[in-house]
Amino acid sequence: MTALLAAISSDADIMVAQNIFFGVIAAVMIVSALRVVTSANIVHAALWLVVVLAGVAAQFILLGAEFVAVTQVLVYIGAVVVLFLFGVMLTRASLGEDESVAKEKRSLAVAVGVLLFAVMATALIDTWSDDRIVIDEPQRVAEVSDSIFSQYIVPFEAVSVLLLAALIGAIVVARKD
Amino acid sequence: MLLNQFLLLAAALFCIGVYGVLVRKNAILVLMSVELILNAVNINLVAFGSLTDDVGGEVFALFTIAVAAAEVGIGLAIVLLMYRNRRSIDLSEADLMKG
Repeated sequence: MTALLAAISSDADIMVAQNIFFGVIAAVMIVSALRVVTSANIVHAALWLVVVLAGVAAQFILLGAEFVAVTQVLVYIGAVVVLFLFGVMLTRASLGEDESVAKEKRSLAVAVGVLLFAVMATALIDTWSDDRIVIDEPQRVAEVSDSIFSQYIVPFEAVSVLLLAALIGAIVVARKD
Repeated sequence: MLLNQFLLLAAALFCIGVYGVLVRKNAILVLMSVELILNAVNINLVAFGSLTDDVGGEVFALFTIAVAAAEVGIGLAIVLLMYRNRRSIDLSEADLMKG
């Protein structure tokens, strides 16, 4: 009985720790995402984007998806952000420009964003109010790879052809001649 | 952990991304906002995968990451071409196809 109680309370402790971790990361992510869409300097926006992407990776770890978290760091923070910074450098006319968006356009966009969030939040709270995620152990990488190379082999091949086509297309589009 | 906390976080990120797409004039910043939207979708996929204890959610999150990488490559190539032709990547000036 005492062992059971101890198990339950330690389980609850773990849940509390996870929830605190989630709250801190989520707050940082929201603030950084707002900075991404509001900061006037493009390089600063790209660096705030790094914080958001790292936060997403942390949430993946919290959800027990190690492999996706590592891929997120490698592909997004390692490659995509660097690509963005190259894009900023190559189009340097706009470096550090001041955004001057019309007032009514900005307030309309705020209205769209807030309304969209209200609709989605109502639907989500209505539908998934008491579903809990219980993570006993992280998904093993072997399981993910087994699944990719058996059940999801066709979409996997399609994605690899898509990536090849996209990269060749990017070279053709950006080539000088 | 509640499932809803992840879904609400993803919804908030999605809406911030939509705001960025609507309000930004610089093409590179619009692409960054699209990245926010795609990441929100990824959080949803992985959260539902954990809820159902199915590895499919993670697999599809990986596919989304690959497609997002392709999208950024093509998008930046187009932005580069636009800059080379017009010396500007301001989207409000890109009205060549306006009827």
